[in-house]
Amino acid sequence: MGWLSLLASLPSNEAVRTAVLVGGIAAATSSAVGVFAVIRGQSFAGHALADLAATGGSGAFLLGVNQFWGFVAVAVGAAGFMEAAGVERRRGRDVATGIVQGAGLGLAALFLYLAAQTTTRTGATFTVLFGSMFTIDPSGIPPLLGAGSVALSTILVLSRVLLLSALSPELATVRGVPVRAVSISYLIVLAMSVALSAVAIGAVLSTALLVGPAATALRVARGPIQAMAAAVAIAVGATWLGIVLAYVSYAWPPLGHGWPVSFFVVTLVVLPYALTHMFRRPRPRALSTAQSSASVPQP
Amino acid sequence: MAGAFTPAEELVRLDQVSVRLDGREVLRSVSLVIGPGEFIGLIGPNGAGKTTIIRAILGLVPISRGSLVIEGGTRRRRDRSFGYVPQKLVIDPDAPLRVRDVVSLGLDGHRLGFPLPSRARRELIRETLASVGADRYADARIGELSGGEQQRVLIAHALIARPRLLLLDEPLANLDLRSEQSVVSLLARLVREQRISVLISAHDMNPLVPVMDRIVYVAGGRAASGRAEEVVRSDVLTELYGHHVDVIRVHDRILVVASPGVEEHTTTQPAELSVIGRAGA
Amino acid sequence: MFTGLMTDTWIAATIVAIIAGAVGFFTVLRGSAFAAHAIPNGAFAGAAGAWLIGLNPIIGLATFAVGASLAIASSRRARLDVVTALALVMMLGLGAFFFALSNEYASEIYSLLFGEVFGVAGSDLLPIAGLGLITIAILTLLFRPLLLSSSMPEVAEASGVRSRWMNVVFLLVMALATTLTVPVVGTLLMFSLMIGPAAAARSLTSRPLLAMAMSVGLALLTVWAGIAIAYESGWPLGFFVGTGGALVYVAARLWAGQRRPARRGHRWPPHDGPRREQPQTTS
Repeated sequence: MGWLSLLASLPSNEAVRTAVLVGGIAAATSSAVGVFAVIRGQSFAGHALADLAATGGSGAFLLGVNQFWGFVAVAVGAAGFMEAAGVERRRGRDVATGIVQGAGLGLAALFLYLAAQTTTRTGATFTVLFGSMFTIDPSGIPPLLGAGSVALSTILVLSRVLLLSALSPELATVRGVPVRAVSISYLIVLAMSVALSAVAIGAVLSTALLVGPAATALRVARGPIQAMAAAVAIAVGATWLGIVLAYVSYAWPPLGHGWPVSFFVVTLVVLPYALTHMFRRPRPRALSTAQSSASVPQP
Repeated sequence: MAGAFTPAEELVRLDQVSVRLDGREVLRSVSLVIGPGEFIGLIGPNGAGKTTIIRAILGLVPISRGSLVIEGGTRRRRDRSFGYVPQKLVIDPDAPLRVRDVVSLGLDGHRLGFPLPSRARRELIRETLASVGADRYADARIGELSGGEQQRVLIAHALIARPRLLLLDEPLANLDLRSEQSVVSLLARLVREQRISVLISAHDMNPLVPVMDRIVYVAGGRAASGRAEEVVRSDVLTELYGHHVDVIRVHDRILVVASPGVEEHTTTQPAELSVIGRAGA
Repeated sequence: MFTGLMTDTWIAATIVAIIAGAVGFFTVLRGSAFAAHAIPNGAFAGAAGAWLIGLNPIIGLATFAVGASLAIASSRRARLDVVTALALVMMLGLGAFFFALSNEYASEIYSLLFGEVFGVAGSDLLPIAGLGLITIAILTLLFRPLLLSSSMPEVAEASGVRSRWMNVVFLLVMALATTLTVPVVGTLLMFSLMIGPAAAARSLTSRPLLAMAMSVGLALLTVWAGIAIAYESGWPLGFFVGTGGALVYVAARLWAGQRRPARRGHRWPPHDGPRREQPQTTS
């Protein structure tokens, strides 16, 4: 079967429709939340949450429940823990994050090992870590949709407050913003979006949808709202194009192996970011100075 | 004043030096000579180019025009004959580094291999720490010290290699009055006893006035140098700033004040130059 | 537990722990935890690619680890976290791609990600020991300049130590360490072996050399205990290394927390002014 005829069969394929829906929700949520992750310099925290989500996903796999709940439970729990441990002191945050992350991955190793011992389902490692969008159970869509819309609306409601407290926590406090509460709700939203992306493109790759489109958008967009819109457009576009490419790749060599969707999505997300570096030297504007001062890692 | 030393004696000579950073000229035709045993204050408002002058002398920023001669041309830059105490150094309180480790890195931090423990080395470190009055906390973690204590340790770090010139970038910023006075008198003593030259930058000249041999006043990337009474004059500084400023002396303190109305037709930051020096004291 | 094949396991694990502890000391001092996480992930893609075209995975590991460290070294500091994160997922994605195309079994992915210490063959020991020696030699030679440029980069520049070059060299050392530790503890967990013991060591001592030695000692402890329990229980070593690294760190912090306040408050007379504030960074 040639790739053109595969392409023609695409709209009628149930798995593809599910993938398009779930991928779209995950991409939109992650990229919108990701704008603030990049401005607030929390790429590493986002990635740590992703790795920890792997622990939840593998645990869920072991217990035989829907992975999404495993992703959400552990990511939200870890986000709360990171906030509790790291809010008052920035120094040492990377180390603390990394150590929690290491312990989580250790647990994931155990769960995946036990899953391989006790269940007959194979490929748990690959599915949990790298995702497989074409095997998502359609019955799991409603909770994903629900989580996505809650996360998206929260981020829209909080966007101005988040921006202000990213620029200067003191300034936000003086203005009467409950900085701590905002920070906690933000981390929970971050955890939910990471869980959504983990379902779509795998736990360890979900950072791509979180950071990639947002970083690209912040380089080209003029203001924060425009940046969010651009990030969502890039993320959803990359995800859908990735699904189509992965679907037709069954007709590409080596025959019999589909290329993984996650690989396409990650590549399509990273590519535009690389392009903005090649073709454009941004001059500092109000927004870009804010984001660079916010994301400089502690020396 | 340029003829006060023979060329062979001069430690540093800057001739009409200009520096461009990111396409912006941050220094314009700056000339400066540093001789042995001199205590020189590099004074000016924030953003005037003081740090750039120090970094240019150290060879850390390239010079776009003019010439820089180190020790009469006998030495190349980056050869560790100058000690350096940078501005606003923040040391991680979690870093496993004691005060004596920091000072010992000043002796041979560039060398390969582990430091060999030796009696002479320990004694040198102890002596140097004692000379800056920091021997009490030799075994404390550097990151846990106060600002004034850290400043002393960094001076010891710079001194232990026996430099002929010590360059300090805003060492008095963030210090309380007491630490400020003790750091200034420490530096004055080093100049007197060890014949080290000191170039110290500060936005407030007043703590340095009693000990400075010469002042280099920097504003808007240009500099005027000479004895304090020759430079800190209304006409000289007006020329430097490009608009009228008054120099006012109150109770032994010198204030540099922009004239009223200057804000409307100037492009430099008026707030920074309106008053240089602390009110009160 | 100490016979035959297991001898090779013990030797390999010991070398790996020494390297991870020593490199980890500087990783934590320099605050390069994220790089330490990203480079092994880059190496994952390399190993998968090598498998796909039938090469020794070590070659793939080394090539991609060096590539990843050079990429991180060349990026501008302000955007470092974004570039690192994206490089990291790109490499993982590429690894997934190589794996999907090759006919390797799931267990191969698993062992690459989470380690397979019991599979160390006698013939692997020589390259591991060789690379380990090179790593230790570089760290010994550059101990002082690295210490200086890691803790006070501005001062280091003025005394002729090029911080930029130190950074490149250090990231290359990390690539070297990655190449030899990944086959044993896996891409995802090499990181916790590097960070946990080193971070624990520095809350126990203020002496740099001793901190490095303790970091090595604690890494050895973690790995040895992990192997012994893994051998008895049959559970994966990665689990014990990951949780062990965290345990060591938490224990050290608790222990230090009990002694520290007394030292901080009374040792120096208070007249020397207030503690300097940390710079205000938005977070």
